[in-house]
Amino acid sequence: MAAIGATRHRIDPPLERIPEVGRIPAGSPIEARLEKIWETAPGWRGSLSTVDHKTIGVRYLVTAFLFLVIGGIEALFLRIQLVGPEMGFLTPEQYNQLFTMHGVTMIFLYALPVLSGFSNYLWPLLLGSRDMAFPRLNALSYWIFLFAGLFMYISFPLGQAPNAGWFNYVPFSGPVYNTGPNIDVFALGMVLLGISTTVGSVNFVVTLFRMRAPGMTINRVPILVWGTLTASVANLFAIPAVSLAFFLLWLDRQIGAHFFDVANNGQPLLWQHLFWIFGHPWVYVVVLPAMGIVSDALPTFCRRPLVGYTAVALATMATMLLGFGVWVHHMFATGLPTVALSIFGAASMVISIPSAVAVFAWIATIWLGKPVFKTPFLFFAGFVALFIIGGMSGVMTAAVPLDWQLNETYFIVAHLHYVLLGINVFPVVGAIYYWFPKFTGRMMSEKLGKWSFWTMFIGFNAGFFPMHIAGLLGMPRRIYTYPSRMGWDEVNLITTVGSFIFAVGVLIFLVNVVLSVKRGARAGANPWDAPTLEWAVSSPPPAYNFATIPTIASRHPLWEGRIEGEEEHSRTKLEEGYLLMRGRETLGTSPIDAKPVVILKMPEDSYTPFLVGLFVSLLFVGLLLHSWTFTALMTALSCAALSVWMWPRRNLGQRTTRHDPASAGRGGEGP
Amino acid sequence: MSETAPVVTPLPVGSAGKLSGGWWGVIALIVTEASLFGYLLFTYFYLAAQTGQDWPPTGLPGLLIPGINTIILLASSAAFWAGERRIRQGGTRSSIFGFIAAIALGSAFVAIQLLEWKNKTFSINSDLYGSLYFTITGFHLCHVIIGLGVLLLLLAWTMMGYFDHKRHVAITIGGVYWHFVDVVWLFVFSALYLSPYLQRG
Repeated sequence: MAAIGATRHRIDPPLERIPEVGRIPAGSPIEARLEKIWETAPGWRGSLSTVDHKTIGVRYLVTAFLFLVIGGIEALFLRIQLVGPEMGFLTPEQYNQLFTMHGVTMIFLYALPVLSGFSNYLWPLLLGSRDMAFPRLNALSYWIFLFAGLFMYISFPLGQAPNAGWFNYVPFSGPVYNTGPNIDVFALGMVLLGISTTVGSVNFVVTLFRMRAPGMTINRVPILVWGTLTASVANLFAIPAVSLAFFLLWLDRQIGAHFFDVANNGQPLLWQHLFWIFGHPWVYVVVLPAMGIVSDALPTFCRRPLVGYTAVALATMATMLLGFGVWVHHMFATGLPTVALSIFGAASMVISIPSAVAVFAWIATIWLGKPVFKTPFLFFAGFVALFIIGGMSGVMTAAVPLDWQLNETYFIVAHLHYVLLGINVFPVVGAIYYWFPKFTGRMMSEKLGKWSFWTMFIGFNAGFFPMHIAGLLGMPRRIYTYPSRMGWDEVNLITTVGSFIFAVGVLIFLVNVVLSVKRGARAGANPWDAPTLEWAVSSPPPAYNFATIPTIASRHPLWEGRIEGEEEHSRTKLEEGYLLMRGRETLGTSPIDAKPVVILKMPEDSYTPFLVGLFVSLLFVGLLLHSWTFTALMTALSCAALSVWMWPRRNLGQRTTRHDPASAGRGGEGP
Repeated sequence: MSETAPVVTPLPVGSAGKLSGGWWGVIALIVTEASLFGYLLFTYFYLAAQTGQDWPPTGLPGLLIPGINTIILLASSAAFWAGERRIRQGGTRSSIFGFIAAIALGSAFVAIQLLEWKNKTFSINSDLYGSLYFTITGFHLCHVIIGLGVLLLLLAWTMMGYFDHKRHVAITIGGVYWHFVDVVWLFVFSALYLSPYLQRG
């Protein structure tokens, strides 16, 4: 340490140093230098190599919304077919493929990726850091998500899309009853997508424990961070179950294995166990970060901090913990022993407790605050209402005898749409209205915003509430048509009309986005007068996020001094902080107390994530086509690209600092 | 007040051992990989419990060769551990021998395992047990081969003089992955080779 000579200081980054503290005024030459260190190259080079979490976050959001639109159009086709009895708009096979792709698209390609988009964009800003823990892994996660999405649509134009529903039960999805490439595309696509979700989750988990600004102790992180953290930890445990299930199915279909093959002692129920061990935690994965969005953004419009921060944070984690013990409630009708059904039924009902904690916290926040009825507030308040309806129908289906009646009917379809649209889509659209000024520097139109909310809210309820009734009247889900005289005609007509009204609402929202990107009113750094750290930087934020690493002293750094009963002396420091600009640098802090422990060297932009993503995805294409040479070649290329990626770098402090004539003069700045 | 005061003692810069992001990342990777093997063994025991067949259908597995192979894999872990320890003590050159031994023992494990495969009378698509046996041991073998690739890179980097007693985070990270692959084998071995004796006993 002390032995490192002065000359070596010039050649290599020193192994340790005291981080300088100072200020970097906007527009100063030193700020320009910081900008240069973090900027992405223009043109296609930058597009393929960038590791900026903000760019990746926006890509996630845009891609996920494209999938939302595709999945939505598929749903409208389904609703046209069901508008009246005995319609011939779609063939049964087309109907099967469309409802399957609708589910796959919404649940896997929209619901989590859109939340990952928000979290990728916002986490470092919320946490007071300059990037995620693994910027290149972040880029890889996006590329594989994109390629997996394209992969799952590869057979759609040929009329050979997945057709066994999004949970894809065997034996119907097995080799005997489903001979085309439909299910293989789905199976391999899901394994590929699992890689993206897993590396993304690793990134979130490590970022939370390592990358918070000094002073942001674990009890000061925003609830969105708690939500995404909980979801990511759950993913680490749950994703392998579904990846394995799909891989075993692929082996059954293509290699002749017997895991689900009844004739050879295989067990179809094994599929259901593996799928739902993943599937139920996944339900919370796609709602908890969205609930976190509301917990963070709703208080801004209530002009007071969230009521019951600690209770909501603990409820978030409790929900997920319980969520791992309820998968069998998807299997009540499979003939499992009564004891198992009772335990899982009871566990499913217990989940309503942490959910209610969060609901009452939101209601109390609105109640005790002074609500400002802006568009985001409407979406968040609407979300609370829909969450209550969806939660109630959830408790109903947790009761075993009632579930036997309701299972595989439209009641379940109504429930899951109230939950997924209510707790995911409404908060997400509200969150776009809320953070749009941060993303683009422009406000969205409030007038169109209110129109979009009311159209969506009325259309949604008109469309999906009658589905409860259709279910109670005995209408099974996933039927391509139904005879007249069943008493289902009216509810289906109303549902179709409602779904089109809802689609118009989404369209108004999209028009608002397009118009506002170009012509929205200019937004300042903090147009909503919000309390959290992302509003302390300009809109849109600079490439380096924070000119100096701030020091945090409360949960609402931008509202300090306004809230009664606060300690006078503890004050967040935003202007003065650690400079950290010898190359791409940020501060690593301790997991609980967020005390500075290490100066982290961050990687510069790189093509390797794109190449690894491309080769890995092509490897899956090789498996799909049974082209083993091509698969082997792509495996080799993936390994080569990974080796380049992992090659120890001197400017990242991964190698010895002794003999090094080559990098003289470069300092630690990186190329 | 103290919590907001700026640091006055020097902080490590860059990938400093267990303070590096990579260390935390590999721990998260191990958690998710361990879950994967957990689900594989769940699949094995679930199907074994549900079947009416004698289990395993081909009779109890022989323990001699797989037992020796288990010891070889554990010895590989020990050799790597010794090599890493030498690096921490500043003996970069002698650490190379530890890594070479680890790679040789790991390769021997792969060779013996492939021989085991060849001597089986069943295959992945002959019956349910064959599907389970070859899928589970195949998953593990893939991990061993990937681990060997990692060890080869680490060996090359060590020989190129990239690491010393202060900076060798790649060794720490690659090493813990290799130990993980070896520990997982103990679970696979117990499930596939030892548990049938318990069930029959």
